[in-house]
Amino acid sequence: MSVAPGGAGLAIETSRLSKSFGARRAVNNLDLAVPHGSVFGFLGPNGSGKTTTIRMLLGLATPTSGSITVLGRPMPAAGRDVLPRVGALVEGPAFYPFLCGRANLLRLDAANPRANAADRRRRVDRALDTVGLGKAAGLAVRAYSLGMKQRLGIANALATDHELLILDEPTNGLDPQGTREVRHLIASLAGAGTTVFISSHLLSEIEQVCTHAAVMSNGNRVAQGTLADLRAAGSATVVIDTPDDGGALAVLSRLGLVPGGNAAGGDSGGAGTGGKLLGGEAAGGGSGVVRALLPDDGPAPEAIVAALVEAGVRVRGFALERPSLEDRFVALTGEGFDIER
Amino acid sequence: MNGSGLLVSELALVFRRRRTWAMLAALGAVPVLVAVAVRLTSGPPSGRGPAFLDRVAGNGLFVAIVGMFLCIPLFLPLTISVVSGDTIAGEAGLGTLRYLLIAPVSRARLLLVKYLGAVAFCLAAALVVAVVGIGIGLALFPAGPVALLSGDTLSLGQSYLRIALMAVYVAVSLCGLAAIGLFISTLTDVPVGAMAATAVLSVAAQILGQLPQLDWLHPWLFTHHWFGFADLLREPILWTSLGQNALLQAGYVLVFGALAYGRLGTKDILS
Repeated sequence: MSVAPGGAGLAIETSRLSKSFGARRAVNNLDLAVPHGSVFGFLGPNGSGKTTTIRMLLGLATPTSGSITVLGRPMPAAGRDVLPRVGALVEGPAFYPFLCGRANLLRLDAANPRANAADRRRRVDRALDTVGLGKAAGLAVRAYSLGMKQRLGIANALATDHELLILDEPTNGLDPQGTREVRHLIASLAGAGTTVFISSHLLSEIEQVCTHAAVMSNGNRVAQGTLADLRAAGSATVVIDTPDDGGALAVLSRLGLVPGGNAAGGDSGGAGTGGKLLGGEAAGGGSGVVRALLPDDGPAPEAIVAALVEAGVRVRGFALERPSLEDRFVALTGEGFDIER
Repeated sequence: MNGSGLLVSELALVFRRRRTWAMLAALGAVPVLVAVAVRLTSGPPSGRGPAFLDRVAGNGLFVAIVGMFLCIPLFLPLTISVVSGDTIAGEAGLGTLRYLLIAPVSRARLLLVKYLGAVAFCLAAALVVAVVGIGIGLALFPAGPVALLSGDTLSLGQSYLRIALMAVYVAVSLCGLAAIGLFISTLTDVPVGAMAATAVLSVAAQILGQLPQLDWLHPWLFTHHWFGFADLLREPILWTSLGQNALLQAGYVLVFGALAYGRLGTKDILS
C-alpha cells in the first residue's frame, strides 16, 4: 500500500528518519512519501511523533538518523532554499500578544528574505481576509480567541504563495464553521496545485479532504497510501437485524464469517452504510443485531441473505459495513487513552 | 533585497512594547528625582552623595551626569538584563522562535538582529537619562559652561556634546552585558530566568570588582570601566581609557556572541 518510491514527484520524502530524546524514541525509522499535488493526512494519536516529524521536516530539530528531502532538496541542509517555498503551522499558532494580528504577520513576513517588501501589506491583508480576520486585524492578539489565533496562523502560511503547506492540527480550536472553511481552503489550495501536508488526530476532518494518508503510532508509521487503499485494507462487517440471532449466528459461522465483527463500526455514526439498522434494537420482540466479519474471500452478500432465508432466519435488515477511516485508525493505533511512551 | 526588513521589525518590536516604555520612564525618573530633591533642599552642599551632586545647584547640566552615575550600577544593568535576557528566550517562550526560523531567518542572522535590538535599547536608555537630565536640569537650575575636572571650562554647546558622548560611552559599556544576556537567553525557554541570571551577573561582577584580592581579575570584568565616563570631563579627553573599554566590550561581544551561536545554531527548537 505504499506510494511508489523514488525522488521524482515527491514533495516530501523521508528515509529511515529517527529522532530520540534521551532514551525515548519519538520517531522510529519513518519512511514517508508525499506526492506532489496531494493532500496528505498525517494521522496519529497525541504523542505519536507527528509534531516531532514536522519539526524535522522544517529544520527546527535535527534528526538522530535518517534523511529528509523536501521539494527535492535535502533538509535541514538546504533550508535557506526550501523554507521560503513552504508555508507552515507548527504545533499551534504563536504570536506576540502585544502586537495586533496584522503587525504579527508583517513581522514574520519581514523575516522571510524572499518575500517582496513592496507588496507586503497587500499580501498580508489579503491573507487576513482569506481567513476571515479582516475586521479583527487591528486587534492585539492577546484579545484573540484560540480559533482566531489558529486562523491567524493559517493566514501567516498564506501570506506568500507556497508550493507546500505543512499544517499541524490546523482545525484545532476552530468552531464547526471555521473547520469547514479550513477544509474549503485546503481544497482550493490543492486545486491550485499546492501540496498540503496536514497532521491531525481528528480523522473525521481529514477524511473529507485528503487524497493520501499515513498513520503514526508510538513513533512508527503503521500505514501509508492513498485514502482508498487505506479504507480497502479493512474487511467489511455484515450486520443483520433479526429476531432469530441464534439461527443467524449459526448460518454465518457455517459460511465462514467470524461472529462479533468489527465492534468499532457500530459507534462510528453513519460512516458505514448500515447506520439505520441499529434502530432495530428498539423494535422489541427478541429483535437483535448480529454482526460478523466478512473475510475478503468470503461469500457474496446476496449469498449470505439467501442462506439466511433458506435456514428460516427472519431477516428484517441486512447491511454491509465498510470500516470508516476512523475505524482503521483505531484498529491501527489502539484505543487506549494513555499516551504510549 | 530587504535584508534590513527584519532589523526594522525588531526595533519596532522592542520599542512598541509597553514594558520598554515603562523601563525608559523609570530611568528618566532618576534624574528628575535628583533634580527635585536638590531643588527642595537647596542648602549648602554637604559633600556627601554621588559625584558631582554638589554641582547640580550651580549648573543644571550636571543633573544628567549625576543621573548616569546613579543609573549605571543597577538601574541600567537591570533594564538591559530584561531586554537582552528576553531576546531569544522570549521568542522561544511565545513560540514565535519557530515561526521566525521557518520564515526562514538563519539562526546567525536572528542572533545578530536580536542583539542589535538590545544594543539599540542600551543607547536609548542612556540617552533617556541624559536628555531627561538636561531637560529637568535646565528647568530647575541655571545652566552655563561646564567646569571640567582638569580645570578647563566648556562652552554650553560643547557641554551638550560631552554629555551626548557620555551617554554613548555608557551605552557601549553595556554592550558586553547585553551579549552575556543574549547568550543566557539561548539556554532557556523561560525569559524571566535569563533576565534574572543576567542581572545577577552584572551585580556579581561589580562585587568582584570591589575585592582588592582579585586585582588581577578587575581589568577583565565587563563592569570595570562602567564609571569611566568621568574621563570625558577632562580636557583633552582621555581616549585611551575609552578605547580600553570599547576593546573590552568588543571582546565580550565576540566571546558571548560565539557562545550564543554555538548554542542556538545546534539547538533543537522544541518550544
